[in-house]
Amino acid sequence: MSKSNFTRRGLLKTGAVTGAGLAMPTIFTSGAAAFTNEPTGNTVTFGFNVPQTGPYADEGLDELRAQELAVEHINGMGDGGMLNTFSSKALDGTGILGKKADFVTGDTQTKSDAARASAKSMIEKDGVVMINGGSSSGVAVAVQGLCQEAGIIFMAGLTHSNDTTGKDRKANGFRHFFNAYMSGAALAPVLKEAYGTDRRAYHLTADYTWGWTQQESIQSATEALGWETVNNVLTPVGAGDFSSYITPVMNSGADVLILNHYGGDMINSLTQAVQFGLRDAQANGKNFEIVVPLYSELMAAGAGENIKGVYGSMNWNWQLSDAGTQAFVKSFGEKYGRPPSNSAHTCYVQTLLYADAVTRAGSFNPCAVAEALEGFEFDGLGNGPTLYRAEDHQCFKDVLVMKGAENPTTEYDTLEIVEQTAVEQVMYEPNHPMFGGDDATLGECNDGA
Amino acid sequence: MQILGLSKRDSTFLLIVIALTLLTPILIQPFPVGSGLNTFNAGYPDLMQKIAIFGIFAIGFNILFGLTGYLSFGHAAFLGIGSYSTVWMYKLLDYNVLWGLPLAIIVSGLFALVIGFISLRRSGIYFSILTLAFAQMMYNLAYSVLTPITNGETGLQVYESDPQVLLGANEPSSPHLFGIVMRENFWTPKIGGWEFTFNNGYYFTAIIAIIVFYLSLRIFRSPFGLMLRAIKTNQTRLNYTGINTRPYTLAAFVISGMYAGLAGGLLAAMDPLAGAERMQWTASGEVVLMVILGGAGTLMGPVLGAAFIKYLENIFSKINDSVLHGWFAWMPDGLEDFLIGVSHFFVGKSWHLTSGLMFMLVVIFLPGGLVEGGQRIKALFKKKRTSGDDGAGTEAQPTAAE
Repeated sequence: MSKSNFTRRGLLKTGAVTGAGLAMPTIFTSGAAAFTNEPTGNTVTFGFNVPQTGPYADEGLDELRAQELAVEHINGMGDGGMLNTFSSKALDGTGILGKKADFVTGDTQTKSDAARASAKSMIEKDGVVMINGGSSSGVAVAVQGLCQEAGIIFMAGLTHSNDTTGKDRKANGFRHFFNAYMSGAALAPVLKEAYGTDRRAYHLTADYTWGWTQQESIQSATEALGWETVNNVLTPVGAGDFSSYITPVMNSGADVLILNHYGGDMINSLTQAVQFGLRDAQANGKNFEIVVPLYSELMAAGAGENIKGVYGSMNWNWQLSDAGTQAFVKSFGEKYGRPPSNSAHTCYVQTLLYADAVTRAGSFNPCAVAEALEGFEFDGLGNGPTLYRAEDHQCFKDVLVMKGAENPTTEYDTLEIVEQTAVEQVMYEPNHPMFGGDDATLGECNDGA
Repeated sequence: MQILGLSKRDSTFLLIVIALTLLTPILIQPFPVGSGLNTFNAGYPDLMQKIAIFGIFAIGFNILFGLTGYLSFGHAAFLGIGSYSTVWMYKLLDYNVLWGLPLAIIVSGLFALVIGFISLRRSGIYFSILTLAFAQMMYNLAYSVLTPITNGETGLQVYESDPQVLLGANEPSSPHLFGIVMRENFWTPKIGGWEFTFNNGYYFTAIIAIIVFYLSLRIFRSPFGLMLRAIKTNQTRLNYTGINTRPYTLAAFVISGMYAGLAGGLLAAMDPLAGAERMQWTASGEVVLMVILGGAGTLMGPVLGAAFIKYLENIFSKINDSVLHGWFAWMPDGLEDFLIGVSHFFVGKSWHLTSGLMFMLVVIFLPGGLVEGGQRIKALFKKKRTSGDDGAGTEAQPTAAE
């Protein structure tokens, strides 16, 4: 018994020593670097955190291709791509501030937890100064928060929810991609032109944050046209079978079905809506129509024939004719034998924009980089003149309204550009109620020091 | 030497476990940082924390699955509940993990009581299906219906506009225990080419892991543990002898639910975010894999399994083609391309294939998990030492079940 007491005390002592060790002020060990992961060697490392497995794996892999291409162009390999058309000439193909750009990759699995684990290993183990990627808003918001805490820059990839630069905006996070509000604002005039002002819309909405923000945006844009919203039905994510949601649409008195779905859900719901004969139906004396507010090449390919004539919106498309797009499509096509998707484009552009901002700022310090990006106006990256707004770190540029092509010639031109909606049309105030109102703030820039 | 009421053998075992746990930052960082093998180093805070946390999760799951044989496919629900409870405490009170962790254990214990009470009315596959159904229901609730509480897909996080009534003026703005910030490292020595990271958060979870490991050891050795084993062996016979087994299984279910809640709370203590994916059925399946891979019903197995799977997930998924090029650059071109082509199927985006193959190999050749592998190697050495002596009968017995 006494023996037991002795060792118990011993254990307590050990505990106390460990506790003292834990309580030791960290001031002695931290503060050596001026900011998180300050690059000291002759390379600087980027983290490309994309979904490589799971539902958005195809988009993630296309993003990786584009990111690799961007690094090549920054280091002066290949034909330079959009560096030749970019309005800022700070990057000269010799790396960034004399350092060669390098990268590590990770798999987000389209899950916030996995994405954060992967991003943390990039920050803690590989010493990255910037993370780029993501094919889902939940993941983007989660990783953006992490980068803010850790003190590095997050350049968002494909994320369409208003929240990313709305109520969840962060000082260290930047988004080039457009958002749900812009989709609504861009689509509305085209829908008015095509379907008139006297329509009754029925929404099927993916039951999570992105679906809601998009539905809210589209509803307010269409109601401003004079449309009436008959019903909004929330559908579970990954439902697979939407027939029970589509059957009631026919007798609801609606004449437009708006599918606020993405990825596999959109492919399934659209295919089933077409199979149920909605596209050939008549309602209120008009042709029944279907609208898919957010398009991607991947979804278009998955839905096949069914998307013919269906309207939607995109951030960018390889069929644009400006010099930047052509340069990018050319170098991407030569390397990979296919045109880039719009998620690939946004990741490529974000990587270039980051490198350019570092060069203009003359420092890798995230706060200096953020300052260089804020209010930055540029051109030649495929979207025309673009502004990185300082108040919410959102890019403002033209938005593409797309339509399923009637006669596609290859698997890559299943969508055609209907209109390029001017940036003035999709502009909004930084404190817009859909973007968190007056409560939303970027917070303080964090460099981790 | 005997400590804390354990037998001599168990005391030694516990001391070895403590030593291994405390030395983890060195043990899993075997290669110099500049070398090509740095990719295989795992000694960075996040992965070490994850291994310790999922170790706790698996230890708890093992009390249910390993001892009673009841296979729950819904334990991730408790993990999620633990995380949400802890993050809510951050939002309402402050960033001190002291409030969140006990709440995580209590709340998940309550949920386990209700779910267990209903699910345990059935056994075998029906029990598994019931737990799976509950977990999926809770996942869907968290993902969409209960968004005001869980913040849905985006995940619950702390905003500046949250009340945080206890928040002091100089308090750290990330999870901490009385000012010890979980995220920070207290010592980062550089010895030669080696760099080690000693992280506050890791040691916090490690100490908790040792405590709960000790608890599980006591449960394994107790009459209660014996009763749970009896349930696994032949529940019908127990029933015929007039013993009501339900309270025992329910107790085991609630205990393992509380372990899962603690693990979930710790996840939020390391990283102040709680996402619904944590509750998805894949997460429930993962802990089953961990326990089977390591060795169900053994003490050390679940921890080994957890470490193994987390290592594969975090290290192998990051090996991309350019890393492979770096490794095989010295080879002739044809051979290099061939090796990269082959390796391509096992690393990077295909890491699931590697873990699947490993799992198959273990299940087929080592039904007792990694622990059995260790025992066989040990037995092999013993045999060699005592060759000629026909003592295989005593050695082959899995005496300590470690």
